Amino acid sequence: MSNILTASTSWFIACSTADVPENGGVCVKYKNTQIALFNFTRRGEWYATQNLCPHRMQMALSRGMIGSQQGEPKIACPFHKNTFSLIDGRCLSGSDCDSLTIYPVKTEDGLVYIGVPAEEYAIAF
Amino acid sequence: MKVVVIGNGMVGYKFCEKLLSKGAGSVQLSVFGEETRPAYDRVHLSEYFSGKTADELSMAPAGWYAANGITLYTGDPIQSIDPTNKTVHSFHGTTAPYDYLVLATGSSAFVPPVPGVEKQGVFVYRTIEDLEMISSFAKGAKTGAVIGGGLLGLEAAKALLDLGIRDTHVIEFADRLMPRQIDDAGSKMLKAKLENLGLKIHTGKNTAQILGNDAITGMQFTDETSIHTDILIISAGIKPRDELAKLCGLETGQRGGIVVNEHLQTSDPAIFAIGECALFQGMIYGLVAPGYEMADVVATRLTGGSKQFAPYDMSTKLKLIGIDVASFGNPFVPQAEGRTVVFEDTMKGIYKRINLTHDGKQLLGGILVGDAEAYNMLLQTCKNRIVLPPNPEDMILGTRGGSGADAGAGVAGLPDDALICSCENISKKDVCDAVSSGCETVDSIKKCTKAGTGCGGCVPMLKDLMVHTMKAQGKYIRNVLCEHFGYSRQELYDVVKLKELKSYEDVLGMLGNGDGCELCKPAVSSILASLWNEMILKKGNDTAQDSNDRFLANIQKGGTYSVVPRIPGGEISPEKLIVIGQIAQKYNLYTKITGGQRIDMFGAHLNDLPQIWKELIDAGFESGHAYGKALRTVKSCVGSTWCRFGLHDSVSYAIRIEERYRGLRAPHKLKSAVSGCIRECAEAKSKDFGIIATEKGWNLFVCGNGGSKPQHALLLASDIDSETCIRYIDRFLMFYIKTADPLTRTATWLNKMEGGIDYLRNVVVNDSLGIAAQLEAEMQLLVDNYQCEWKEVVDSPELQKRFAHFVNAPREKDPTAQFESMRDQKRAVDWK
Repeated sequence: MSNILTASTSWFIACSTADVPENGGVCVKYKNTQIALFNFTRRGEWYATQNLCPHRMQMALSRGMIGSQQGEPKIACPFHKNTFSLIDGRCLSGSDCDSLTIYPVKTEDGLVYIGVPAEEYAIAF
Repeated sequence: MKVVVIGNGMVGYKFCEKLLSKGAGSVQLSVFGEETRPAYDRVHLSEYFSGKTADELSMAPAGWYAANGITLYTGDPIQSIDPTNKTVHSFHGTTAPYDYLVLATGSSAFVPPVPGVEKQGVFVYRTIEDLEMISSFAKGAKTGAVIGGGLLGLEAAKALLDLGIRDTHVIEFADRLMPRQIDDAGSKMLKAKLENLGLKIHTGKNTAQILGNDAITGMQFTDETSIHTDILIISAGIKPRDELAKLCGLETGQRGGIVVNEHLQTSDPAIFAIGECALFQGMIYGLVAPGYEMADVVATRLTGGSKQFAPYDMSTKLKLIGIDVASFGNPFVPQAEGRTVVFEDTMKGIYKRINLTHDGKQLLGGILVGDAEAYNMLLQTCKNRIVLPPNPEDMILGTRGGSGADAGAGVAGLPDDALICSCENISKKDVCDAVSSGCETVDSIKKCTKAGTGCGGCVPMLKDLMVHTMKAQGKYIRNVLCEHFGYSRQELYDVVKLKELKSYEDVLGMLGNGDGCELCKPAVSSILASLWNEMILKKGNDTAQDSNDRFLANIQKGGTYSVVPRIPGGEISPEKLIVIGQIAQKYNLYTKITGGQRIDMFGAHLNDLPQIWKELIDAGFESGHAYGKALRTVKSCVGSTWCRFGLHDSVSYAIRIEERYRGLRAPHKLKSAVSGCIRECAEAKSKDFGIIATEKGWNLFVCGNGGSKPQHALLLASDIDSETCIRYIDRFLMFYIKTADPLTRTATWLNKMEGGIDYLRNVVVNDSLGIAAQLEAEMQLLVDNYQCEWKEVVDSPELQKRFAHFVNAPREKDPTAQFESMRDQKRAVDWK
């Protein structure tokens, strides 16, 4: 999903960089969507995914632990520790969970922006 | 010296390898192979269908032969041998002189003389070319059949399944499957398992003709029945390739095979025969291991050594379509020659048979179907004539109850010359020597000894031998946290303490690598808490906590939390009960009494947690640490203050214990209880540490738990006074905290401890390690540093900020958290 969010991406301000704990996540409200935003300080990177864990449909990923597996950044759901890649959203735990939707993130002047499909694509999204 | 090898199969290749390894410096070695590719692993041929490439199956890389000075002719079969002039002549016109000639021509598939075998769609199963042809023809096939229910036939059936032909028949002429390896009962079990996988098995069936015009359409049997099939693989046995030998006048057997003596010499002393083409004492050896042994015998002789070939053990273990089948020694000992023990479980599809001498002291052989885990031990016990334990049936059943010793002595009990890898002929001593000289992983043992590189069946034994050898050398077996830390929990605990590290990031930065993960983060956080007992949400450690610790509450279905205030010993005043009721009402929480004599309030939104706790703390409650791998509760019976049987005041003692160890973080949760008399109403023996009153004092029990594997606590000390009891608990808990693996309860920790409860008692009670004073001091530090975590959050606006669902709408609750009503309360909506 993130790959097609290029020309048609619109950016909204999620929060300030200081609002997100180091090496942890928060949940961002965007219209009726919940987005998990991660401040991966250790890698100097930001990531955003859907907040919903596809395993048991729980709004919980923002409260999970982030980490890496063979260098690939990942998020572990607090409920059953299923892990998902923060790069492409695929499930890394060997279960047949759906992949997560990934959102692009950028920071400017102490603010965090998350990219979502521009308005005309929002319905399909 | 010129040596020519005819045949570049597994055994021909192995001969070259053995000859080189024995230092055949002056030998000029030439190899002629009929196939176009160099030798490959025919044993694992069926893996070609499950994704292995021809290259991966290759015995040696293409450059290996040239690099070792071997002249290899592929796709160039020898046409004739001239024993008088000692030369061979190849199809492409090469004439090569030899001093010694080695025939490793192998075998071809035996095709029974059934009318119609020449039709399209009828194949044999022998070479990669066969497989390629089968593979391309099978694309249009819906049903398949295999003639032959032996080892190779079932391999071929697996190949058809792998090719996507779900409807596959196996036709066996004998009245059971694998007639050379297993008995009727074993065959029945195997048949049932194979039929479960969708194979249709026909035994006692004789093919009369193959139906169809140009291509096969079906098969007709002698009993007048017939089946439809689109493809047929014939795998009914092997035929030794002895035509060259016959042509040049060497002696061959009536039913094929080149006659050899114990040196593998043919009737011409300059010509040897090895592998499936050789007929030794009237027998063709159709397995790879004896073929390798033959290669070794000839290579040894040609390099000046002496070795003879002896009748070879045909024990075998294999996985057929995921089903273990093994037979060893003499699988079919008749009644007159011994006794049998048979175990049959038709639920799980397991059949085991062992044959014993009449006196029950020695193992003669046996059969395993469905579960062959015991194969290596049984084979070694059989081959080495190890005297059996008093209950030999334990070898296939495992010990059942009682305080019995191990069923066998395990790998430690095997003699040095016990053969571990029969494919490569590697003994126990070879493996142990390799481990001693530094091969401390299974992969390095494989590389260095070649053990486990054939069928792979001995790999579990290699691992056992490695662990055994390393332990015998006093080496520590690495048991690391995860990919980010090369330390065990115990090692990490010591190093973190030594370096006085206080945050997860510091620990990862100084002692680990990468970015951490959900395994090492909680483990390191637990170590930090056990060492320093600092507020777990400070110093950036909040995001290294498991979710429950991070929000100081238990996450429940739907993403809301439950709240458990501490109620020490289960004693609570009416005023406090009322406060809990009021808070539950105000925040609409479901209430329930827990198993540990406390009250749990469910369904709290993340945003409400700080306010709920402010009200609880104002009323005199503190955190119950129900969310942590920490001391949970010390349950008590009412004790001598009310109970007519009570010996001591169990409630007061439980409160004292709970308040001493509250907030203590450990590798796993800790539960305790105090009972006021032997009636044990507090169920103290099911706890990590439990205390039971006696006439003279207290009995202290440790390492019990309920849960999925209930285990009673064991007596550590008896009739001790209250002060001594607490000192022992201090030592016990600190010893556990310092040495247990992550997420290991005390019961499991003790079960893994060498010496068990006696060792633990020596450490705790007799101070055998001389660390008792240190353990007590460390515990006292933790006790003195205790603070209620929730009070710190309630007092800190900065910490409270994290208790919001939406970072950009902190007052909004999670709209997706839904409840239903049940028995006048609420419950979480079931998840999908």
